[in-house]
Amino acid sequence: MAGSTADRIDITGFNLYYHATRALEDITLAIPEREVTAIIGPSGCGKSTLLRAINRMNDLIDGVRTDGGLRLDGEDIYQRGIDVVELRRKVGMVFQRPNPFPKSIYENVAFGVRMGGNGLLKTRLDEVVERSLKEAAIWDEVRDRLQRSAMELSGGQQQRVCIARALAVEPEVILMDEPASALDPLATAKIEELIFRLKEKYTIVIVTHNMQQAARVSDRTAFLMLGRLIEYDKTSKIFTSPSNKLTEEYITGRFG
Amino acid sequence: MEQRHFDLELLQLKEKLLMMAARTEALINQAIDSLKQRDPKLAEDIFRLDKEIDGMEVEIEEQAIALIALHQPTAGDLRFLVGAIKINNDLERIGDHGVNIAESAIRLSSEPAIKPLIDIPRMAALATGMLTDSLDGFVNSHPDKARVVCGRDDQVDELKDQIFRELLTYMMEKPDTITRAMDLILVSRNLERIADLSTNICEETIYIAEAKVIKHHAEETPHHP
Repeated sequence: MAGSTADRIDITGFNLYYHATRALEDITLAIPEREVTAIIGPSGCGKSTLLRAINRMNDLIDGVRTDGGLRLDGEDIYQRGIDVVELRRKVGMVFQRPNPFPKSIYENVAFGVRMGGNGLLKTRLDEVVERSLKEAAIWDEVRDRLQRSAMELSGGQQQRVCIARALAVEPEVILMDEPASALDPLATAKIEELIFRLKEKYTIVIVTHNMQQAARVSDRTAFLMLGRLIEYDKTSKIFTSPSNKLTEEYITGRFG
Repeated sequence: MEQRHFDLELLQLKEKLLMMAARTEALINQAIDSLKQRDPKLAEDIFRLDKEIDGMEVEIEEQAIALIALHQPTAGDLRFLVGAIKINNDLERIGDHGVNIAESAIRLSSEPAIKPLIDIPRMAALATGMLTDSLDGFVNSHPDKARVVCGRDDQVDELKDQIFRELLTYMMEKPDTITRAMDLILVSRNLERIADLSTNICEETIYIAEAKVIKHHAEETPHHP
């Protein structure tokens, strides 16, 4: 399913097990660069697991084992000798609940860059913070209070600061796990507009159980059920004329 | 109000619809020219334009359906998309009536004229005027302009009846004029439909702008608010 642009993430025959349970079964999916790919499906279908597989967040869970291929820019990220820290720099993540550190807005955004250890000059770091906050469409709201705690911001603002934090380390891919499910409709609309703009530069994979959100923001949609990929196609195709009956039943709200 | 990327997509759809409207208007004007000038060569261009309009209709409909499916529009956005689907359909039908007129024009050009055309050009001017103004009302979201256009439909209907009566006398007098007279009656019938469809476009414009349904004279009956 190669798009007009190159594929950034190439998943082939990928399986993931929790102990003896197979949570992802034979997933084959190519995610094109600079597009938004949404993963939808009923609770427990494996959508978050699949998302977390892309930057090996599942490694932290006991008893997880994988096989099959998961390549980022052609390189198998599960092969021996992969630098997982570097992988997670390239593949940033934004979570369901905004999780700013109890530090200033500035420090939240600068954090990852400092961790990277390339002792940037203060002026250079200032630039990175400003660029990232601008890209995350929050700069105008916080420019005058960069030294205030990020915890003072509203939920929607915190989430955009978290997105800025992910952008600061110059990732290629951004994974978003239900990034707006804890936000009100207006804050959600802001995040959605932001996602739309971010795809000019980044490859975005988003998990959502809000189907309407998937429809609004994504270029492609993958529908998962019971750990299997049922259908993967252009979002406009999935939401107007899905090929699989299960997809049709799910998106029209007949189950799930 | 903040700009949504959805607004941009709505605007693109509107622009495409306007391009289709411009082509439809051009097609009708050419069809009438080919009739008045008795020039069958003009018809070639009409068939090409009609093909183009048909292609645009499919494209616009698909795009509007996708926008409804993907954005779950409400209120004004929803009315615009539903109205756009209907106007799209109206424009395509108007194009077809233009083609019918061109076909009559081709047949009529191969035979001597029954009589100089007087009422048909008048009717054509009225119908194309209604089309132009209805599109103008839609483009500029001008429901008041649209209301005025709807009122002009009666004049077109009267002319159609008048043309029919007149041609009936020709046919009764000289049966060899029947084929040609029938073609002229068909032309007037097609013009009348173009005026009706222009009225539909106005009704959609008013619906989009004011959320009011005015068709079937709903505004004139007292129990409708």
